[in-house]
Amino acid sequence: MAWDWDKLKQQHQRPDSGVPPGVEDMVRKFKGLKLPGGWIIILVVLAIYIGSSTFYTIGVDEVGIVQRFGKYVRTTQPGLSFKLPRGIEKVTKVKVRYIYKEEFGFRTVEAGVRTQYSASHAYGGEFLMLTGDLNVAVVPWIVQYRVKDPYEFLFKVHNVRGTLRDLTESTMRLVVGDRSINEVISKREEIADEARLLLQKELDEAETGIYVVAVEMKKTNVPEPVQPSFNEVNQAVQEKERMVYQAREEYNKAIPAAKGNAEKTIKSAEGYALDRINRAKGDASRFVALYNEYSRAKDITRRRLYLEALTDFLPKLGSKYIIDANQRNLLPLLNLGKQQGVQE
Amino acid sequence: MKNSKGVLIVVTVIVALLFALGSFYTVDETEQVVVTQFGKAVGEPKKDSGLYVKLPFIQNANYFPKNLQEWDGDPGQIPTLDKTFIWVDTFARWKIVDPLSFFQTVNNITGALGRLDDIIDPAVRNFITSYPLLETVRRTNRELDTFELGLEKEEMKDKRRLGTVKFGREKITRGIMEQAQPKLAKFGIELVDVKIKRLNYVEEVQKSVFGRMIAERKQIAEKFRSEGKGEARKIEGETEREMKRITSEAYKTAQEIMGKADATATRIYAGAYGRGPDFYSFVNTLDIYRKTLDKESFLILSTDSDFFRYLKSYSGGGK
Repeated sequence: MAWDWDKLKQQHQRPDSGVPPGVEDMVRKFKGLKLPGGWIIILVVLAIYIGSSTFYTIGVDEVGIVQRFGKYVRTTQPGLSFKLPRGIEKVTKVKVRYIYKEEFGFRTVEAGVRTQYSASHAYGGEFLMLTGDLNVAVVPWIVQYRVKDPYEFLFKVHNVRGTLRDLTESTMRLVVGDRSINEVISKREEIADEARLLLQKELDEAETGIYVVAVEMKKTNVPEPVQPSFNEVNQAVQEKERMVYQAREEYNKAIPAAKGNAEKTIKSAEGYALDRINRAKGDASRFVALYNEYSRAKDITRRRLYLEALTDFLPKLGSKYIIDANQRNLLPLLNLGKQQGVQE
Repeated sequence: MKNSKGVLIVVTVIVALLFALGSFYTVDETEQVVVTQFGKAVGEPKKDSGLYVKLPFIQNANYFPKNLQEWDGDPGQIPTLDKTFIWVDTFARWKIVDPLSFFQTVNNITGALGRLDDIIDPAVRNFITSYPLLETVRRTNRELDTFELGLEKEEMKDKRRLGTVKFGREKITRGIMEQAQPKLAKFGIELVDVKIKRLNYVEEVQKSVFGRMIAERKQIAEKFRSEGKGEARKIEGETEREMKRITSEAYKTAQEIMGKADATATRIYAGAYGRGPDFYSFVNTLDIYRKTLDKESFLILSTDSDFFRYLKSYSGGGK
């Protein structure tokens, strides 16, 4: 700045030394116009030039850091502000509300509705990490941050972005180094949270003036050659579940059916019981009724029943033989009957 | 003449300005200055920012950064105590705390970085080689969740195989720093910290690690499969047991019901027929005659039977 000022001063002085003839003409012209004098004009021009460096505007998402002779003096808020002219005070604008993003282990090639990522192989060193169980994991992630302390951000660290990247990588490896490969794959949130806290602490200690808005893990995985075997584990888990579900399905199919059958067996037993008892009751009532009548006239009823029965069945019989009570030998009679087939 | 007078004034102004500019210098927030006179340091280094005065032309302001500087280690292969070759990339942050010593010993940033290389790289190597890999990788002795589901005894043993962490990465990097720091003090440099940025297996080791990972996963997959089979069998067994239980219970209940009914029926019959057992057998026998005798049967009746007694005598007196 001091150099600019110096040079400009010299430029403004040169016309009077008469070195560039064009300017000398101008000066002569001024003289011809009989204005108060060339010196005053030069001073006015100089004043305007210096004056133009005494005000500046700060955008809504920025603050202005003002340094006087290199020393920090004040921070100005958005809007129009004034300062001492160039060479004395200098303003640097810092975007304090803008959220910056750093990507690790991958790079966004073309941000848009469908963001494309570049081949992760190129950044192999960045995303390969050793896990706590001495396996290797692929861990891509992003860090979003904003400037929290513009003074620290501008003056305390030589290369803030580089420092942020280095610290982030180191912190993420520290966190991942204390997790098993399974945890790295399945507990990304937890890792991101811990990394964010640790990183913020590191950045504060380093006086970077950066606030970490978020650490976000992208898809963590195992290195490509190992992926099929990890998929196999997932498949095996599915398979296990499938087998269990199938067995359960069988269970659910068989048991209700068996229960139904059991119910049926019991119901039919109940049916049997009803039938048996009712029949018994019926038979009993019938017998009792008959017996009651019989007891009143035992002999005649007995006779009647006997004869009724005989009437019923005697006609149905194929052959009847009546033999005298004194006849002892029945055999010839029977033989005869069989051979000749006694006609009715 | 008016013109020559003007020239004189201008020259005077320029010379005055040069003197004025030469006797002032500013120090930025990020800088510190050592003033030298013919190459020899004069006065205390200016660590605070602002406007300062010096003798023009004779004294010279030498600027050095005051803010945090970075150093990136040369990534190299280092064997750990357990003879695993790893590839370690370190970085450090440092600042110039004594610009005068810095100016006298290393002169500029490039020189300083060279010294840092000479001092930190060997310190890193020393520490990495004197600890097992696990110490460098891990931070705490935190319990790791090694397998997704159902930790079993064997895996617990497997975990013990990895060993426990006595120091952890943070202590190791602190050790590196403590070893390097005293050697850097004479250069006016303060080492703020040393950290491991990247740590990876070298390619050959990586291949065998991948092999191990694959084998490990296959084993886990196999475990899940057999677990699935086992569980399925268990459920199948349970199904069978339930089936048997349900069926037999139903049978039992049915038999009980029928038995009770039979008993009741028997009681009813006995109660009724008990009144006239003789009459019961008479009636029933007649019924049986009715049912059993048919065309195929033939009957031989004696004349002294009740039925035919009238055949011999009208009085039925019989023999």
